[in-house]
Amino acid sequence: MLKRYFGKGFSYFMLVLCGLIMIVPFIWMVSTSLKSQTAINKGSVGFIPIEFVNYYIHDGKKELCEIVVEEKNLTVINIYDKDGKTFKESYVKVPTENIKSSKKLKFHLNNYKEAFTKVPFGKYFLNTLFVSFSVLIGVLITSSLAAYAFARMRFKGRDFIFYLFISMMMVPQPIYLIPSYFLLTKLGWINTYQALIIPWIANIFSIFLLRQQFKTIPQDLFDAAVIDGCSRFEILWRIVLPISKPILATTAIFSLIGSWNSFMWPLVMTSSDNLRVLQVGLSYFAQEASSSTALLMSASTFSIAPLLILFLFAQRQIISSFISSGLKG
Amino acid sequence: MRTKKSYFPFGYILPAFVIVFAFRLIPIMLSFIISFFKWTIQGPEEFIGLQNYIKLFQDPGFWQSLINTFYLVVFIVPITLILSLFFANLLNRTKKLSGLFRTTYFIPTVTSLVAISILWKLIFSPQGGLMNHVLGFFSIHGLNWLSEPRGIFTLLFSTIGINIPKVFGGPSLALFAIIIVSIWRSLGYNTIIYLAGLQNIPEVYYEAADIDGASKWKQFFHITVPLISPTTFYVLLMTTITTFQVFSQVYLMTGPPIGGPLGTTKVIVYYIFDIGFGESQNLSYASAIALVLFFIILGLTMLQKRLEKRVQY
Repeated sequence: MLKRYFGKGFSYFMLVLCGLIMIVPFIWMVSTSLKSQTAINKGSVGFIPIEFVNYYIHDGKKELCEIVVEEKNLTVINIYDKDGKTFKESYVKVPTENIKSSKKLKFHLNNYKEAFTKVPFGKYFLNTLFVSFSVLIGVLITSSLAAYAFARMRFKGRDFIFYLFISMMMVPQPIYLIPSYFLLTKLGWINTYQALIIPWIANIFSIFLLRQQFKTIPQDLFDAAVIDGCSRFEILWRIVLPISKPILATTAIFSLIGSWNSFMWPLVMTSSDNLRVLQVGLSYFAQEASSSTALLMSASTFSIAPLLILFLFAQRQIISSFISSGLKG
Repeated sequence: MRTKKSYFPFGYILPAFVIVFAFRLIPIMLSFIISFFKWTIQGPEEFIGLQNYIKLFQDPGFWQSLINTFYLVVFIVPITLILSLFFANLLNRTKKLSGLFRTTYFIPTVTSLVAISILWKLIFSPQGGLMNHVLGFFSIHGLNWLSEPRGIFTLLFSTIGINIPKVFGGPSLALFAIIIVSIWRSLGYNTIIYLAGLQNIPEVYYEAADIDGASKWKQFFHITVPLISPTTFYVLLMTTITTFQVFSQVYLMTGPPIGGPLGTTKVIVYYIFDIGFGESQNLSYASAIALVLFFIILGLTMLQKRLEKRVQY
């Protein structure tokens, strides 16, 4: 009995520990994004954006100030105006005993604003959104059509083409990156949206997933539809797709996650700022502003937030999609 | 009814086929051709036969990147397998909060590698990074992580005053940081996959073993491990393939110069990228390296499939 309780306790301890290891980096990222750069540079590592603020106390008044030089008896300070940003008075010599420091919780939401003014993340966000949804629509159309034919039609070369597709799926992206770059250059597609969208609107993995699903639909349903005078396309549109909504959602989620997080391809195929997607924009920002850690963390938080929100809302669906695809693939 | 020829099945496949043909099949075949030519962005210049492949064998950069990549595989794959099976087992036994754990573990998997790499670069930073701060509680101080070219075994043995030869130094601490991040990112995904596999094992086997008086450890090694082996092979294969393709972590976490310190984090995909799109823009040599990578992955895949057939229960 005791051993069982000990076992349970150990299990939960390990699970919680692992959970913390997974989540703490993200919490740290958000908290760093809310600190001021000066606080970070002074060595603030903790999770709560606490800052030391200094007040100049005189004549019963308490004014926010910044210490310039601190000496034994006299301290040179800048006194802030009421807005807390500009100085009312600069380089004032005051007695040190009149300076009081205290801890204060302060969220620098301004970091987000500043990151956005330094780099057009709004534009990158829209680019990513446009590319992701264009790819998504393309994938849904081409995959449903192809999967329908692979699962429900008989024609010469069907299996050959299917296995050709599957073998293409196994080839990792870095292998065909170089020739693709050459090909897209010849097509004049480098630095165009086409380069980011067209090569990705057919997704073999989606075709594979949908084909598995379409195969499970009972033949009777098709026979009945044919008797009712449905054409092949009508069967797909009116019967097959509506009853395959869950697997279509799975396909959509994979496609969205894939295009949102895609990095190497847009890095190679585009260089113009106008077409830059979020991931590439973020990577450039990381190289240019490597010392502005607060801004960097704000930008990173912003870049992962949309997918994370999607994930938290649809987590059951997403996790089970990953499982089913993993076990089938 | 079914013989009606009023439809054209190939038409349904055509859109996908055109894309796959133009942007997968042709590039893959083209990469073979490119690797045998002197080839610039304008096109082929001259046939050079196997020159690129001969050059490859004498290129220390290539070998270094290959060794670094093997370090990644040798560390990431077994550690991922063990940890994810371990946590899947724990999750399988707990009912309360298991949904919360699953969600939490899964977050890194859906997060972009770019953001993750930028975040972890900061975590590993010796100035104000979280990692050294946490290690400080365990009296471990002053690790340089991403700028430390010395091998982890060298560092480990030097703490007890032993100098070991450089060959046995292991991956540099910088590369080890990348190993940590890679394991961290995919641990949740693999745990969930293992969990699904564990839930497919019928409860009766364990009940029978209980009656026979088999201990939990015996049950684990004689029931769970054999019956979970299809999942193990899947996780093994996928982790190996993705590990061979590590790029973003190296590109964003190390450097300047990228691939540093002393080239100890230069992995093969980054090397391909650097040769093809860096200063030299040598598309032809980069294609040759990419093809070598392709055959390594293909070979390992086939080897694992063979092994899987032999160990089927």
